[in-house]
Amino acid sequence: MRGVTAALRVLDDGAWLSVSDSRVVGVGELWRLRGFCECEQADFVLEGFTETGVDGRTVEVRAYGTCIVCNEAGPTDWLPVGRLVDTDTPRARDGERGVFHALANSAPAAGAGSRGATDVPANGAGSSENP
Amino acid sequence: MSVRMPTDVEEWKSEVYGQEIRDHLMEFAEEGWESIPDDEHDAWFERFKWWGLYHQRSGQESYFMMRIGTPNGVLEPGQLEVVGEVADEYARGPAENPEFGAAYADFTTRQSIQLHWIRLEDVPEIFDKLESNGLTTQQACGDSWRNIVGCPVAGKDANEVVDALPVAENLNETFKGDENHSNLPRKWKVSVTGCREGCGQGDINDLALEPAEKDGRMGFNVRVGGGLARNEPRLARGLDVFVTPDQAEAVSGGLSSLFREYGDRENRYNARMKFLVDEWGADEVRETLQEEFVDFELEHAGEDLRDQYTYNAGTGPAAGSHDHADGAAADGGVAAQYPGGDHDHIGVHPQGDDNFYVGLNVMVGRMGVEDCLELADLADEYGSGEVRLTQRQNVIVTDVPESELDAFLAEPLLDDYAPDPSPFERGSIACTGTEFCSLSIVETKNRQVRFARWLKQNVDLPEGVEEFHIHLSGCTASCAQPQIADVSLRGMKTRKNGEAVEALDIGLGGGLGEDPRFADWVAQRVPADEVPGAIENLLGNFADAREDGESFREFVENRDEETLAELIEPEETSYTDPYMHNTKLTWYPYAEEDDMDDGPAPVPSDEYPVEADD
Repeated sequence: MRGVTAALRVLDDGAWLSVSDSRVVGVGELWRLRGFCECEQADFVLEGFTETGVDGRTVEVRAYGTCIVCNEAGPTDWLPVGRLVDTDTPRARDGERGVFHALANSAPAAGAGSRGATDVPANGAGSSENP
Repeated sequence: MSVRMPTDVEEWKSEVYGQEIRDHLMEFAEEGWESIPDDEHDAWFERFKWWGLYHQRSGQESYFMMRIGTPNGVLEPGQLEVVGEVADEYARGPAENPEFGAAYADFTTRQSIQLHWIRLEDVPEIFDKLESNGLTTQQACGDSWRNIVGCPVAGKDANEVVDALPVAENLNETFKGDENHSNLPRKWKVSVTGCREGCGQGDINDLALEPAEKDGRMGFNVRVGGGLARNEPRLARGLDVFVTPDQAEAVSGGLSSLFREYGDRENRYNARMKFLVDEWGADEVRETLQEEFVDFELEHAGEDLRDQYTYNAGTGPAAGSHDHADGAAADGGVAAQYPGGDHDHIGVHPQGDDNFYVGLNVMVGRMGVEDCLELADLADEYGSGEVRLTQRQNVIVTDVPESELDAFLAEPLLDDYAPDPSPFERGSIACTGTEFCSLSIVETKNRQVRFARWLKQNVDLPEGVEEFHIHLSGCTASCAQPQIADVSLRGMKTRKNGEAVEALDIGLGGGLGEDPRFADWVAQRVPADEVPGAIENLLGNFADAREDGESFREFVENRDEETLAELIEPEETSYTDPYMHNTKLTWYPYAEEDDMDDGPAPVPSDEYPVEADD
């Protein structure tokens, strides 16, 4: 798989994360986050993605949403959402085509220190239909 | 040397966009769904939007939503029948919706039409049928001029002050397909209104032309930078520019060009005109328009009619309002049986000629194909065949002679699409929701139908309250325009007894009129099955606590959010909600076997799926 290009994108008004033209994570689910708010563990409704990238092999997103426990709303720090395997490329952002190899896409990501652990739902997404 | 565009979407647009997408679309359709290269899905699905095609959400791959833009909501004689026939033949999904059946058309808040479950392979035949009947999907979505909206009875209204329909039609003909305006930083939404009611909803558009008078000439004042999406609602701001109908094209094109040149292509979240107006201010927009984009001297704004606006003005059918229909009630006759309607065009109203128009309520804008075809027949039988769409997701049959009114009103179809619906049915708007849309957090259309049904059966509006708007939007994109409703509902999630359930934020007191205001979001994450009870309690508390005949909007304006939150009191009632589970994680929320893996998508291009539960 070496040399295969992967592309990470947030599309359709932040409705979903695309990895290599596959919809891998969508909005609208409850995520368990640490460090988003004063709660020990936020119960976070993810309302939209704003950007994506990688840290090492970990695919990350920034998102906005609301903790349903304390009502804190706003943007998150980088959140891990999956891992690329067999990669030798350090980073990619929307608008760049990183040189990645394969994706372990919908597995809950490992904890990432202060960014907290995510409980990533395995659904994908599609298009918003704003008229 | 190649130039790298700032985002992938801009990169794709720089490669292929606008008219030229069509050839590729037709080629893919001819060769089948599988012919779209796997690593080009994102790019092509983004481009297809320009031709009105949205790839449906996860679990529904290979199916598309198709949007047909009908400028100013006008469906010429015969066109509704065509829409019904297209929906009947090509928009039948693999499972039925329990409220609306297997095939239906959606009338949107921008006076357009949406069909679902469209197969790529059928697009050439559909385009042939639509285009040979004067309809098109071109620029119905994507980063360009969208369907132009306006007063749905433009050209028919007995009290219209500016003949706005030719202006809207000219803008549509000029800028639809114009390569100079086909690749903008983001969507460009335009409203053109010539009536006294403010029903064109110019305040929430990127560009609004609103009626005004200057030095004895009638024309339009220009406003820019309105919009509701992404928790960043903005009212359009006055540009201090008056245009005559003849100048509307030059100034509108100048503003579109200004947006093309200065809109933010680096960041799609920041790309809408409202953010450019935030950054620059209206004065700088005007100066730049004058210096760079028009070649005549702009006139300062004329005297507007905003103090006469009655549409969604929060006051009900006020005495002395300039009703679109105001001759009717005074004359007596059949129109007097359907009083009001100045705000939303529902009911029977006189036109400027001797005929009448009849506005019919369409719950959440969705009409089954059999009903579409029946309505098309009735419009032809009793009127001219023309049908118009409103921004409240309703339909209007125009050109009905007085002698035909009684017979038309007696048609059985009008039992379901009433000219005199209950206020709760009349005030309902809902977006697409998780049925098809991935940005939505909750199910919407069927839920709103159930809400209205329950409220109609169980709740009376307080004395003097004759209109009451409840808008349900599945997310912050605000397609149902929740911020301008009396009760604004926006999709969220919460936990109930430990389980994740669909919930709604509740906002109050939004509306348009002379002094528009956005709703105050006063209650968060009310479980969806407790929302009807919350509305019932809210209305009861409002009736008890209102002072001196306060309108609902005045009541909200006069109280702080904490007080209002206490009046909502969510509770379970006899209302039941079958969509509390996570509808987003189904392939289709109403399918008997609804797991993601149970759906037929993607469907190979050489086969059509059988019913999922067959």
